[in-house]
Order: sequence, then structure tokens, then C-alpha cells
Amino acid sequence: MSAPRRPTNPSGLERYYVLTKGRSGPGGSASSLDVATLIVSRTAPAPGFQHEHEEILRRCRDPLSAAELGAHLGLPFNILAVLLTDLLEAGHVEARDPIPAHGAGSGPDLALLEEVLSGLQRL
Amino acid sequence: MDFKGFDRPGGPGGGGTRSVKVMIAGGFGTGKTTMVRSVSDIKPLTTEETLTEASADVDRLIGVADKTETTVSLDFGKISLNDTLMLYLFGTPGQERFWFLWNGLFKGALGAVVLVDTRRLASSFRAIEEMERQNVPFVVALNVFPDSKEYPLEEVRDALDISPHTPIVACDARDRASSRDVLVALIRHLKERSAVPLESR
Repeated sequence: MSAPRRPTNPSGLERYYVLTKGRSGPGGSASSLDVATLIVSRTAPAPGFQHEHEEILRRCRDPLSAAELGAHLGLPFNILAVLLTDLLEAGHVEARDPIPAHGAGSGPDLALLEEVLSGLQRL
Repeated sequence: MDFKGFDRPGGPGGGGTRSVKVMIAGGFGTGKTTMVRSVSDIKPLTTEETLTEASADVDRLIGVADKTETTVSLDFGKISLNDTLMLYLFGTPGQERFWFLWNGLFKGALGAVVLVDTRRLASSFRAIEEMERQNVPFVVALNVFPDSKEYPLEEVRDALDISPHTPIVACDARDRASSRDVLVALIRHLKERSAVPLESR
């Protein structure tokens, strides 16, 4: 079950243009947004919110990856990233990047690898 | 609408949930999506990136309905490793020529699985090269198709010119336990790599 995608125009370009008010790609805080970045709502939607912003806040009460959010909303990743930038800059959502195997400047995160391993072995 | 759930921002809902990601790479038709599907807790989803020639120039996006537009898709799934740790699996687009769109796709990944169809070894050459170029640790998984010939793993290693340090395992991407074992092999490899001092590979 998913919302109708690209309802009027097969290319969808106009819809995206309206959604993002013409911004084509993320700048600022969302430019580092990863497909596996977890998004968590920090506030409830207020009256007057853009529909998509409201929808993001509603779906991210529990942490949801940017990729899942894009799939649920039927939006390409670059368009979603623009919308998320708005919410991040206003402090409405928090973004948590995926944990790499190596911390910045430090050695491999063995505890993390061990945690992943035991999780997999329980499957 | 009811937003009562919001009286606990940062509470159990937000909590300390974290994510890690693993990429599933390989040539076209090697079983990437099959593997994501077999091992994922959720029904696999697709996220899309749209590329238009005008994408670098916002103004020209207006009135370009006839613009050539390319959509590349990433199939992905998710495994709950425990209450607070999610593993996301992303199948890379089959056409490697679009990988530039996903610049940074491998950034932040723990590592990658490169799927190989032994009937068509060459189809995964590019994926292996790309892992080496981007310095992404990986394991090679031979997806055993029903009519695949049995290949000794070392023969495949020679044919694909894979470093002796890179593990090669056989699997059936359709099978959950078998796909899980490939991921286990990858994490073990990451642990072993970290046990020895980093050397040029």
C-alpha cells in the first residue's frame, strides 16, 4: 500500500519542483545525509506545516532510515533530502548517521562488530 | 490527528537506536535483490534517485517535461540485530555506470558482499574493482545457481584475481540462513582485518 506516485505527470518533475520550492539538491546539514541515516522526530507537526513535512514527522516518531522514509513517501532521495534539511535546520527532527566500522581517527570498533555478529547469529 | 506520542521526545521511541549498513554488490543478475529479500525482516523496499541533465541547474528544471530522466533504484532491507541496532542492507544498482550517482553510498558502510555468478564471472569484475578502488572491505559470495558447475573456490579466486586475504564463500542467495552466513563471514573478516595492523593490500 503506497500513496499514488506521480499522479498527474509521468515525469513528476513539476511535483518535485513544487515540493522543494525549486531547490534541486540538499545543501547544508542534509548534504551528508546517508540512505541509512536514522531520522527521529523531535516535535509534533504544527498547523500550517507543509503536508510532506507533517508526514515525515508523523512517520519518524520511531527512528526510521532516510531510505525507508523515501520509499514510504514515494520520493526520490534527493528530493527527500531537501525536505529533511528544512526540518533539521528548524530542529524538528534529529538525524543519526550509520555507525562506521572505524571511528574518526580511531581503530576499528570491535565492540560494534561483536554486537553485529551476535545479532546475526541469533537470526 | 493524534500526536500524543510526542510527549516523550527522546524517550523510548527515539531512544538510542543506531544503524549500520552493508552493501550488496555484484554484476547484473547475480542475485543482489534476492539476497536482500531472503535475509530482510521487512518486505524489501526501493529508494530512487532521479538524474536529469538539468539537475545541476535549478532554473532549467522548469518546463523540461521532455527532459531525459534516468532513475536508478536501490533495493534495500533491514535486520533488527537487537533492540537498539538496525542493520540496513542495500543492493547496488545493477548498472555500474550509474554508481557515480551514489557517490558516498559505500561511505559509512561496514563493508560489502560482492555476489558472483560462476557461470558469468566477468559480470562481477567491475564490482570487485570498485570495492578495491574505494577501499571497501568485502567478501566474495558465489551464488550457486541450480545449473552452476562446481568451481573450486581457489580457481575462482585466480580467475577473479582476488587478494588471498579476501574470503570467498559459496551461498544460495534465496536461502535466509545461507545469506545470513555470508553476512557472518563478512563481519568475521572485518574483525580479522582489524586484528592485524593495517597494511597495504
